[in-house]
Amino acid sequence: MGRNPVTWLGSPTFPDAARDALGDTQLRGNLRKATTTIRGKRESAVAELGDWEELRRAGESVKDDVLANLDTYLERLEAAVTDRGGVVHWARDAEEANRIVLDLVQAEDTDEVVKVKSMATAEIGLNEALADGGVNAIETDLAEVIVQLGDDRPSHILVPAIHRNRAEIKEIFAQMPEPPTSDDPHALAEAARKYLRRKFLSAKVAISGANFGVADTGSIVVVESEGNGRMCLTLPETLITVMGVEKVLPRWQDLEVFLQLLPRSSTAERMNPYTSTWSGVTPGDGPQKFHLVLLDNGRTSTLADEVGRQALRCIRCSACLNVCPVYERTGGQAYGSVYPGPIGAILAPQLAGDLHDEQAASLPYASSLCGACYEVCPVRINIPEVLTHLRAEVVEAKGKRTPEAMAMSAAAWVFGDRRRYEAAQKAGSLTRFLARDGTLSSLPWPGSKWTDTRDAPVVPKESFRAWWRRNRG
Amino acid sequence: MSGPRVALFPTCLTDTVYPETAKAVVRLLERLGCDVDFPLDQTCCGQMHFNTGYAEHARPMARAYADVFDSYDHVVAPSGSCAGMVRENHPNLCAASPAATRTYELSEFLVDVLGVVDVGAHFPHRVTYHPTCHSLRMLGVGDKPLRLLRAVSGLELVALPQAEQCCGFGGTFALKNAETSTAMLADKMRCVQDTGAQVVTAGDNSCLMQIGGGLSRMRAGVRTVHLAEILASTQEEPWVATP
Ligand code: SF4
Repeated sequence: MGRNPVTWLGSPTFPDAARDALGDTQLRGNLRKATTTIRGKRESAVAELGDWEELRRAGESVKDDVLANLDTYLERLEAAVTDRGGVVHWARDAEEANRIVLDLVQAEDTDEVVKVKSMATAEIGLNEALADGGVNAIETDLAEVIVQLGDDRPSHILVPAIHRNRAEIKEIFAQMPEPPTSDDPHALAEAARKYLRRKFLSAKVAISGANFGVADTGSIVVVESEGNGRMCLTLPETLITVMGVEKVLPRWQDLEVFLQLLPRSSTAERMNPYTSTWSGVTPGDGPQKFHLVLLDNGRTSTLADEVGRQALRCIRCSACLNVCPVYERTGGQAYGSVYPGPIGAILAPQLAGDLHDEQAASLPYASSLCGACYEVCPVRINIPEVLTHLRAEVVEAKGKRTPEAMAMSAAAWVFGDRRRYEAAQKAGSLTRFLARDGTLSSLPWPGSKWTDTRDAPVVPKESFRAWWRRNRG
Repeated sequence: MSGPRVALFPTCLTDTVYPETAKAVVRLLERLGCDVDFPLDQTCCGQMHFNTGYAEHARPMARAYADVFDSYDHVVAPSGSCAGMVRENHPNLCAASPAATRTYELSEFLVDVLGVVDVGAHFPHRVTYHPTCHSLRMLGVGDKPLRLLRAVSGLELVALPQAEQCCGFGGTFALKNAETSTAMLADKMRCVQDTGAQVVTAGDNSCLMQIGGGLSRMRAGVRTVHLAEILASTQEEPWVATP
């Protein structure tokens, strides 16, 4: 089994990557503008519904039922898809999934495929694997086109090019056969349209992900805004869908809940412009060959973790990214994964499954635990709870001999007894002699991490308890 | 005294670094007729350990907290994050204890348990209020602190822009991701300064340590004062700045 590509090989740890990103004022400006706008819109879109909390709870409970009975629903889905003329494949990991897809593409005797925006295929590095096999995968979502042509990495789940502004996009699009004439949004969209139209009409194979897969009917659902997905899902002869196993829903009626939760949380729309759904193959209409690749890639091992498994409820709306104060300042690439932001901080390390890896181990700490993500999550994933849970796993993986673990043990020993605690208070109050003019502006490491940018409080001579004892004791 | 028997849990940070806040809580609660005790065996709720991934160290601290506070009618903490730690996480760390469910953040205790909004305070300054994340999202204190502040005579309350954004403290986050924490702090300070307030207040000294540390470094001339100290301040016994 190869390395799980859900985290990017060679990425620096979060604090290191964040340091670079924070220095990029253009990036911070782009992000602040984008996230502030969508944040406000989401709030109004959600406020329109009187039963939003009930919807969230419904979403949570449907997903929990799916996770508790995953085997049953997946087999039901497989049977329904097969019944309707589709072919179902099971992939244990990225490598297996990529091999299956490459074989299927090569069997169609083509070296170019069009793609619908999909997190699952980005997670497994499918485009790179196809390229290695001589197949050119063309992204067709506008933001994905920007990332692909810019030879860049995504920084957001929904808007992977959120870190780019119009001027940068115009420059990236200059390589198109008919490049944009200005950086006006219409000109940019027109150039992309011309570039993509040719691809849609010539492609024999399309590859998509799935937002939902309905077990009862074998229907796959893809939700999108631009219509590029609809083109891919209907024009080519062959359609290959890669779907994470947790995307299965028991019944068609369950869509009622999720098709309300998703667009409002994601793009702040009452309804997204395009919802495509298909069940197997319909003779004479749309793709005549349909393959569904069911992807595990770390999901079943995530499922085994009682606290961590709630991350699998995620419907990839990206609301948690848009409200996250950390994400807003560092951007998505600092997380070193296709899943950035709060969901990335809990999902990427779990899927990667190796907390001995420094980069993965730094992700659960990429949060101030402010809880804004939990507040907006449409399926009520308690992200702060999972973060602290994963931190405990990181601590366990690192062992007891790190400087931090030893400092924490010492602190726990001090707090374990009132007399030791009081002695430490007295010792701490000696730092007041380091103060000048009532401020403490420089401490030795690790205190310097604080005093580099902020003054430290001067610990007074008399603690509250000393005062209490003197006056009330 | 005949009022409710209240144990004070000032938190280890306030006990050690901000004793004036704890004294203010005592003054305030006694003025409102409570019988206040400070059990000396208390130390720390274990929040730093728990949030950093050392739940095993936090477990005995949670147990000790229950032993110290179980016999009181109420426990009051001038800290949203420590009260949140006790109420939300202690029951998962040790057997459910009466102390955990009877622990209140100060503004909750005043408004919900004592049923007062006007605590008879006087504080003639221009003040802005930062709602700390844990008081807001973990405890759900809502507008209770603002209602208390609005009833303070002489106080001019100015709204803080983007109030609900985190100040960037986050416990050990402030050290582990110091640069990101500082970037969050910078935006918070800008919002505070935009209000023209003389004082920024909050219900948690840890967040005030972050905001105040930044403001002091840039010599902004804005002070941080804990909510308890504002509510304890009266015409007769006005708040005085500690050096
Ligand atoms: S964790 Fe929740 S808020 Fe974040 S992307 Fe997933 S569903 Fe949306």
